[in-house]
Amino acid sequence: MAERAAVVGIGQTRYKTRRNDVSIAGLLREAVDRALEDADVSFADIDAVIIGKAPDMFEGVIMPESYLADALGAMGKPMLRVHTAGSVGGSTAIVAASHVQSGTFKRVLTVTFEKQSESNAMWALSTPQPFSVHLNAGAGGYFAPIIREYIRRSGAPDDVGIKVAVKDRRHGARNPLAHLQLPDITEQEVRDSMMLWDPLRFLEACPSSDGACAMVIAAEDSITGSKPPAWIRGVAMRSEPTMYAGREEVNPQAGRDCAADVYAQAGITNPRRDLDCAEIYVPFSWYEPMWLENLGFAAEGEGWKLTLEGATSLDAGGDIPWNCSGGVLSSNPIGASGMIRFAEAARQVRGDAGAHQVDGARLAMGHAYGGGAQFFAMWIVGADKG
Amino acid sequence: MSEPLADVTGIKAPVYLKYRFTAGSAPARFLCRLKEGVLTGQRCPRCSNVYIPPRGSCPACGVPTEDEVVLSDKGTIQSFTIVSIPIPGNPIQPPYVVANIVPDGANISFIHLLSECVNEEVHIGQRVQALWKPAEEWGHAMDNIRYFRPLDEPDVPVERIGKLPVTGLEG
Repeated sequence: MAERAAVVGIGQTRYKTRRNDVSIAGLLREAVDRALEDADVSFADIDAVIIGKAPDMFEGVIMPESYLADALGAMGKPMLRVHTAGSVGGSTAIVAASHVQSGTFKRVLTVTFEKQSESNAMWALSTPQPFSVHLNAGAGGYFAPIIREYIRRSGAPDDVGIKVAVKDRRHGARNPLAHLQLPDITEQEVRDSMMLWDPLRFLEACPSSDGACAMVIAAEDSITGSKPPAWIRGVAMRSEPTMYAGREEVNPQAGRDCAADVYAQAGITNPRRDLDCAEIYVPFSWYEPMWLENLGFAAEGEGWKLTLEGATSLDAGGDIPWNCSGGVLSSNPIGASGMIRFAEAARQVRGDAGAHQVDGARLAMGHAYGGGAQFFAMWIVGADKG
Repeated sequence: MSEPLADVTGIKAPVYLKYRFTAGSAPARFLCRLKEGVLTGQRCPRCSNVYIPPRGSCPACGVPTEDEVVLSDKGTIQSFTIVSIPIPGNPIQPPYVVANIVPDGANISFIHLLSECVNEEVHIGQRVQALWKPAEEWGHAMDNIRYFRPLDEPDVPVERIGKLPVTGLEG
């Protein structure tokens, strides 16, 4: 790459079930204003705006970017929308970073959002097609059989998902922006919660949230703000078809390839040892052990052991805390969820993560996946330029 | 002085969407055979895998598929979930089983409803067969099959799921 780039500003809304007090434009503006303030810049200092969100039918507003240009200060500037399903928050950040790394722009504002309360995502994901039966099973109905197959082949005990659900909610209780605030959640409560999509219980699934996340990404000669920048040390995206014969759905090839690429850029040879923490897209509890293996933090079939040992828990003093912010299990404004992972990784290496800060974090990973686990986006950010 | 107005934080604005579905030649042929009560797939000339529903190309190899293969309406459960989540307007009463089923002769699964079963006894590798609607109700749609139901045959070993010939486990 030609130019070094860094995150110099981060802004998020509080995540909650309904934001009836603001329009979509108002929701985005809240995150954007906070990111600009964090970077100590104004719209005049921004060269381009890169926006992302999940499918339009999640709000029922088609091409929302076309009426958001003024609210996002894009008058007279390039504006671009990215869409890669649930991974869009991550890939939007990467598109923004790439425009700075390539030397095209000096400073880019990037923002992602979802206002799930305005429509019905479950319905929007279930448009009838004649070559498939219409079973109304939603996202959980798609991923539950894949999780069942993971449990079968790994022989993981049935409480692994429960432990992840408790851990991420306790992490979330440290983060005042998190949607779910469940500081006293217990394993028994999770176990007793309704089985929605066997083997996934209600408390093992993510909430539906309204919210937005924004970042300012700047070139090395355009760094601003009083906080340390989070240097972007590697970015990678991969995709693969949802369905092909012999597809490895539990441990997708695209995820493994994407991780290998981003680690090579950042000089990481052992992610568990080399990284200080990670923000990984875990919308259903069992995806923690599955992604621990897919991303090379554990050998195949052994991810669940890290979870049970407490290795991924900030509260247990684990060596590789995952989702200290509470993760997708605590807040899920879908289009923004990937960018929140990327932004929270940056907050950690800036030493600006408040009560969910990992002491001395220098190198962190942000991760997002989307569609039928077919789109992957990852970045590594560091306190050092590398 | 005018009367104070009530606070309005939102209004209901329903969205309706009707569209004309252009299936493309391979799915159109699949749907026409389905209307006759026959499941068909297409074989990839490069990797030899058989796809249902056929899309006219192999997603793994990126080459056209033209060789049509008639498949069995018997199959094997590759994985499944028991859906208990209540969804407004859902015509199917929870709890119900949604299974990823590989029909004999194909190398990929599709999802369908499993019924006439004890939910807690459903398992990976279980043999199932389609229960079709009466022929006069058949249209260009997968719900010509009302649901699948368990078949009294031995389970398929995991390593053979998705690899059975059209004649099944004994074939």
